[in-house]
Amino acid sequence: MTVRSMILISNDPESRIRGSEKLFSEFQQQLAHYDLADEVSLTLATDLGSSYASPLVIVYPEAVIYGPITVADVPYIVKEHLYKGRIVDEKRAPVHELSGKVAWLSAREGTLPAENRVVLKNVGVIDAEDIEDYIANEGYQALGMALEMSPDELIDLIKASGLLGRGGAGFPAGLKWSFVKNTDSDKKYVICNADESEPGTFKDRVVLEGDPHAILEAMLISAYAVGADEGYIYIRGEYQLAIERMETAIQQAEQYGFLGENIFGSELSFKVHVHAGAGAYICGEETALIESIEGKRGEPRNRPPYPTTFGLWGKPTLINNVETFANIPPIIRNGSDWYRSLGTASSPGTKVYTILGNVNVTELIEVPMGITLREVITIYAKGMKSGSFKMAQTGGSSGSIIPASLQDTPMDFDSYNKTGVSLGS
Amino acid sequence: MVSDQIKETEQLEDIREIVEKIGSTRADLIPVLQEITNKFGYISQLAIKELSDLMSLPTKEILSVATFYRMLSTQPRGEHIIQFCESAPCHVVGGREVFSALQDALGLEPGQTSADNKWTLLTTSCLGVCGIGPVILVDTDMYGNVTSDQVKNILSRYD
Repeated sequence: MTVRSMILISNDPESRIRGSEKLFSEFQQQLAHYDLADEVSLTLATDLGSSYASPLVIVYPEAVIYGPITVADVPYIVKEHLYKGRIVDEKRAPVHELSGKVAWLSAREGTLPAENRVVLKNVGVIDAEDIEDYIANEGYQALGMALEMSPDELIDLIKASGLLGRGGAGFPAGLKWSFVKNTDSDKKYVICNADESEPGTFKDRVVLEGDPHAILEAMLISAYAVGADEGYIYIRGEYQLAIERMETAIQQAEQYGFLGENIFGSELSFKVHVHAGAGAYICGEETALIESIEGKRGEPRNRPPYPTTFGLWGKPTLINNVETFANIPPIIRNGSDWYRSLGTASSPGTKVYTILGNVNVTELIEVPMGITLREVITIYAKGMKSGSFKMAQTGGSSGSIIPASLQDTPMDFDSYNKTGVSLGS
Repeated sequence: MVSDQIKETEQLEDIREIVEKIGSTRADLIPVLQEITNKFGYISQLAIKELSDLMSLPTKEILSVATFYRMLSTQPRGEHIIQFCESAPCHVVGGREVFSALQDALGLEPGQTSADNKWTLLTTSCLGVCGIGPVILVDTDMYGNVTSDQVKNILSRYD
């Protein structure tokens, strides 16, 4: 029997606390009760980034978002929506608050343009623990395309895209890659910095939990470009679910031959390890992170030399942030012109933000670089909960305080640097 | 005393097993220390001495790493470890009141362990689930949107 409907249940840590796993088993029981188990697929996915309405239940192909849903709601939703085909309007997530997300879901059906998801394309849509879901959504396609290019062509493509590092400093990614490639060495490393510790920031966690294969694919591509054969993903110890998901992803990628020797019959061989952090904010700094992988106290090194020439165990090392890596496969699949069509001339692409504080909607969004703080607050956060806007802090404690006078400044690396503030990570 | 010796022997055996499983290079030190903390609750002097032999590292080197990372401990800790997020996003949504309720209920200051060895109270930096602050972590159970009057109920789940 063919599957006619698909149910996604959000299963990020916040939804878990609110009982997403119980929801899953209740859905299983109810679907079995109506003899629908073969016709309706059920998947625990990650969230859409809207913690205020979690756990969310999304039903395709109608793209209806229900939330917040409790176990008690499940029998009615299955009976009405899945069995009788009537959408349960009263259980839909508040549309006025979720408009960005609803528009995004419609955009997938080719109707409305809206929030442009590049980094978060798969998050909340695929089963992060099933590599076949990733492959079915263009997964590992970019790796195949990259391996048909020369490393120099590949680096030129990343340079042409204008991608700037999303870890906070905004350094041109292609340039960093070329530094590592141009350093002669018998051994090179690639590291993914997933030690996201800035208070109030959890955009990398959502990518790690929701789309771990995208990070592996990007690391493989970068390894080919710079000539590395070994990689580390340094995930902070507090992100237990992200660590588990990444380990599962690595196992599956090894089984499918995406990791190992002579990948796709090419000269690329790559193995990757997960290193769980042991609780140190400073290890988000890349040289402290390297010290930590080496088994030492996470104390930053003096620079220069930079990791691109003297990194892990003294070898040339490419370190990129999770969000930077997540941009790589889409750039390769769609080209640098497409990437430059998003964002601003000096900061192409999108940026993932977590919105928290005294606003009506706290959530995770992905928007083009260059939108203003006023737009973020009025459009996505649906305005201030009380009083008028006084200040915002970007990118955690090491970011900047943005006063109300800067709320119409475009949020991109260049514009923020010119006014002396930082966009943060 | 005899039982203490048996305990020590058992602990040493476990430590050797952990090192055998994870490895004995310098890069294995932190994963090994994490595993020891998970298994015994803390890294004892005995463990440090044994690791020094097994991994060919000076004891002061091991101690310096073990005391650097927040998730490693060289002090015995209680049966349950309560971690309270003290970062700004939890603080501004009422975290301070929840933390004082927690301290009152336990009679502990951050870093202390109760006399009956049941609880250790720690503060932690951001756990990355700011959408549901204030957040408390008891062992690996996470509680979100916590209010002061829920604190006793949460603790009673561990009776």
